[in-house]
Amino acid sequence: MDFTLSKEHEMARQLFRDFAENEVKPLAQEVDEEERFPRETVEKMAKYGFMGIPVPKEYGGQGCDILTYAMCVEELSKVCGTTGVIVSAHTSLCVDPILTYGTEEQKQKYVPDLATGKKIGAFGLTEPGAGTDAQGQQTKAVLDGDEWVLNGSKCFITNGKEADVYIVIAVTGIVEKKGRKIKEISSFIVEKGTPGFTFGTKEKKMGIRGSSTYELIFTDCRIPKENILGKQGEGFKIAMHTLDGGRIGIAAQALGIAAGALERTIAYTKERKQFGKSIANFQNTQFQLADMATKVEAARMLVYKAARKKDEFKTNPKISYSVEAAQAKLYAAEVAMEVTTKAVQLHGGYGYIREYDVERMMRDAKITEIYEGTSEVQRMVISGALLK
Amino acid sequence: MKIVVCIKQVPDTKGGVKFNPDGTLDRGAMLAIMNPDDKAGLEAALRLKDEYGAEVTVLTMGLPKAADVLREAIAMGADKGILVTDRVLGGADTWATSTTIAGALRNIDYDLIITGRQAIDGDTAQVGPQIAEHLGIPVISYAQDLKIDGDKVVVQRQYDDRYHVLEAKMPCLVTALSELNVPRYMTPGGIFDACAAEITTWGRADLKDVEDCNLGLKGSPTKIAKASDKVRKGAGEKIVPDSPEDGVAYIIGKFKEKHII
Repeated sequence: MDFTLSKEHEMARQLFRDFAENEVKPLAQEVDEEERFPRETVEKMAKYGFMGIPVPKEYGGQGCDILTYAMCVEELSKVCGTTGVIVSAHTSLCVDPILTYGTEEQKQKYVPDLATGKKIGAFGLTEPGAGTDAQGQQTKAVLDGDEWVLNGSKCFITNGKEADVYIVIAVTGIVEKKGRKIKEISSFIVEKGTPGFTFGTKEKKMGIRGSSTYELIFTDCRIPKENILGKQGEGFKIAMHTLDGGRIGIAAQALGIAAGALERTIAYTKERKQFGKSIANFQNTQFQLADMATKVEAARMLVYKAARKKDEFKTNPKISYSVEAAQAKLYAAEVAMEVTTKAVQLHGGYGYIREYDVERMMRDAKITEIYEGTSEVQRMVISGALLK
Repeated sequence: MKIVVCIKQVPDTKGGVKFNPDGTLDRGAMLAIMNPDDKAGLEAALRLKDEYGAEVTVLTMGLPKAADVLREAIAMGADKGILVTDRVLGGADTWATSTTIAGALRNIDYDLIITGRQAIDGDTAQVGPQIAEHLGIPVISYAQDLKIDGDKVVVQRQYDDRYHVLEAKMPCLVTALSELNVPRYMTPGGIFDACAAEITTWGRADLKDVEDCNLGLKGSPTKIAKASDKVRKGAGEKIVPDSPEDGVAYIIGKFKEKHII
């Protein structure tokens, strides 16, 4: 077992760190305060290939591995959770399923523009009545001649109105499985601007406030027959597999938020003086920091291990990284919440003030325990594999 | 067009420098980076490549680990990297360094050589012009802007309170200021390619038309008596008075304020 990063990964980390410090950090507070999608940052990330890191070069990507992608999300999230999730949702939830399940025509048509950041991707699974229970889908797709007709809505969609290409999950019929009638679910590629595809209200969120979260509404939205992704009836499998990958991205985001909060807390406790000495000299502070750092490092190991496992999947599609991804997301998200809460506590009153980054980080951390499968869902995935 | 950019791996002096007890730089204690002026020179070359199409070769002299800056340059967009490394070249001052680099450059076709103005670990600003002298080509130093016009380069040379516009026929050498541009980042894919790229490594035997007496510590006339962190010059103050009389009055006032008169 080798815990040493390769030269490539060390250089990539330095690149992501420099970019995050220079281009992302200066905007983080403003983006949060104004609930503004950082379009200018996305354009810069596109210029440097960050929107297509694990995408093969033949489709306009950078041809790097999942570990490099996870490190990118981690370093961006260290300074801005919003920017981290923009890259994660785009890459893991839109580009990845097209690459994995798309036809060659679909890959050629969509991936190059997505991988070069000319277009942004999103993924629509969640509905008002179907979150954790993905079988509760109400959105329907009916084949009418050469077109699928979509009706229904999706909620809490990351990159919502800013995206151009959407993976949408919908019910295409009822099938019998083991004597039970269940919904047949399929997935589709829907482009912005398609008649009948509109947006609902923008969600006002606790954290990741610069991320564009919208309701997607489909009213007799007609898309070409060939825009089905994978085979009819494969939608549930595609959605679950896509979320396995997405969880590595969110785990990396959670890890970044935790690591960023730790860095700021170390700096703050060295500066802040009480009772005539810096609070870093108090053993309570030292022990808290030690626990925080240990948990961040443990989370990093799980995230990198899951990323590595997904890299193995690329050469051997029989490999499953579902459990590793669930463990990484479960642990990193809970560490993010714990570490940011402690970070605010160690900052005292200043930690509760918006001028200090840890206040934002604590709000940003919470969503990592909820989206792309709650912590409870991760426990279901992990225990399901244990008790199989 | 063929462009060679000479770059150097230097210790990051942001936040001060650390010395060994013998007065030499404690390089191990500081992060190694690409010299900022050199990085601006590389960016200038890459912009010329983007605009006109050019082959950009990066060349460095140093320890084997100096290959890291060549890989960084390739990850930014340079085409080839050449590392000049040999024990006999160690301990070189600016004279021996420029002799070595000129010896390496004699093996390469070039239209334009770009070096940084100076390296942040030595701050001499001598190596670039010395290379040009060895090669017998024109040099324009302190470039704050660089353009190509046919077979000439057109350079804005920075001066204290103005700039000069100079032209030189290629082949020539230009020394770049970090103010020349904001260097681009590497790309993730570029990093992977750079790490897989072959770095050409040359030793003493590969240097052309160079005598041993001009190389390494033995070939270095400079002996360091003492080294210290540089005293940074203030930015100064610029004023635009309404009349010469006002200007004189202002200066006299300042002299009095500082008890000079």
